Amino acid sequence: MGATHLLTIDDLSAADIDELMRLTDSFVEVSERRIPKVPALRGRTVAFLFYEDSTRTRLSFETAAKRLSADTMNFSVGSSSVSKGESLRDTVQTIQAMGVDGIVLRHKSAGAPKLITQWTDGSVINAGDGWHAHPTQALLDTYTLRQQRGSLTGMRIAIVGDIKHSRVARSNAAAFTKMGAKVTFVAPKTLLPSSLEPWDVTVAHSIDDVIDEVDVLYMLRMQMERQERSPVPSLREYTRQFGLTAQRFQRLNDDVLVMHPGPMNRGVEIAADVPDSVNGLVTDQVRNGVAVRMAVLFKLFSTTSDPSFSKPTIAAPAGA
Amino acid sequence: MAERERNLSPPYGGIFVARAQVLSTDDVQRATKRMAHEILERNGSVADLIVIGLQTGGLALAESLADTIAEIESVRPPTGTLDVAFYRDDIGIRPVLPEAPTQIPVDLTGKIVILTDDVLYTGRTIRAALDALHDFGRPSEVQLAVIIDRGHRELPIRPDYVGKNLPTRRDEVIDVSPDGVAIGEMR
Repeated sequence: MGATHLLTIDDLSAADIDELMRLTDSFVEVSERRIPKVPALRGRTVAFLFYEDSTRTRLSFETAAKRLSADTMNFSVGSSSVSKGESLRDTVQTIQAMGVDGIVLRHKSAGAPKLITQWTDGSVINAGDGWHAHPTQALLDTYTLRQQRGSLTGMRIAIVGDIKHSRVARSNAAAFTKMGAKVTFVAPKTLLPSSLEPWDVTVAHSIDDVIDEVDVLYMLRMQMERQERSPVPSLREYTRQFGLTAQRFQRLNDDVLVMHPGPMNRGVEIAADVPDSVNGLVTDQVRNGVAVRMAVLFKLFSTTSDPSFSKPTIAAPAGA
Repeated sequence: MAERERNLSPPYGGIFVARAQVLSTDDVQRATKRMAHEILERNGSVADLIVIGLQTGGLALAESLADTIAEIESVRPPTGTLDVAFYRDDIGIRPVLPEAPTQIPVDLTGKIVILTDDVLYTGRTIRAALDALHDFGRPSEVQLAVIIDRGHRELPIRPDYVGKNLPTRRDEVIDVSPDGVAIGEMR
């Protein structure tokens, strides 16, 4: 990563992602130790600024920071001055004044993480902004698939569900295609973004059109809280067209992997026992989430500001 | 010289230009054999030994020490690898990245750990390694084996088994490879 922030997957090249994946391998090993903690970021402070409810992402980041021995500050909106009307800028500047090395931000508005980079000297990590991006989710999903199959090259991945309101779909499509996978968005027209131009993806309007020819089914959560007007006639109708029902699961090839970013609506987008089957990777995703976020924090905070350091330019012959 | 530095540009790496060969492959083998005997002489048996190589320079020595011990005692001590990147004291000052995940197959509590590296220089890597080892248990003893001790220690650390003591200048570079040991400069 050249930059000192992680705002979207577009900030990363395929080589950067590869390097983060290798770094994650090391942090997976750290997480399996009897004492799963290293002193790498001792003395550094990370602030968690969550303007939207998110238990799992915040816990995952917090666990990652603590396993790196960083100090953590929690700034949750309900119990802070934000509920008294403080602006984002004032909040960030206040945190900055206390001396932090990085801010992990979750915000309902797309672009908020980029906005705050101008008010802090520290690294900014996007933990989800509106419908826009959720880069660490995409990295942990990429890592999980790489762990299963070695490489994403040529992998056929269907992302199924509410694409329009999903930052996970956007970031994952960007990361998966960057790593060589072929991505299909599966959704009703009402749940697709108005333009698909930013992504190199194909589109299908029924899960049955793709189910026999994919390696991975990535089921998105039906986001009830983001739907101003009902884009689908009924949940039952949605499940019939786009859900991974028990009948469809029976039809799946044995080696098709099933993923979900959580929290799951069991019985809506995914049949109750599918996530716990051998095909389900949901617990791997959560476990890898901590290691991937350790890699991101370590990479951002350990990067030297020395401009004379550059990536490999010459490979010297070994020996004399 | 760490493996990583081969692939970096100055000031963190560059092209190594050898000035003189210090040890041949055979010399390194003979020194390894002697160190294996010293390890056995000092510790009595293979029973509690584990040989742990530091990424990446110490891996070859760890394996060849374990092989040589196996030839002498017909029991091979277990081996492991340790990457100390997350324990270094220069994170944020220098580009620090792990080479590969650590592999330590057993609980170290009560074990005698033979830590191996190719070149002992400032002692900072060993300091980091000692911290890292203690996250894997409480070894009864940690001993250090290196192919080259080039001096210039910055910490109170000394090796227990040395292939060769080699006085150097700070700007010189020691290169340990399958072809032996050479001294030279980075260009």
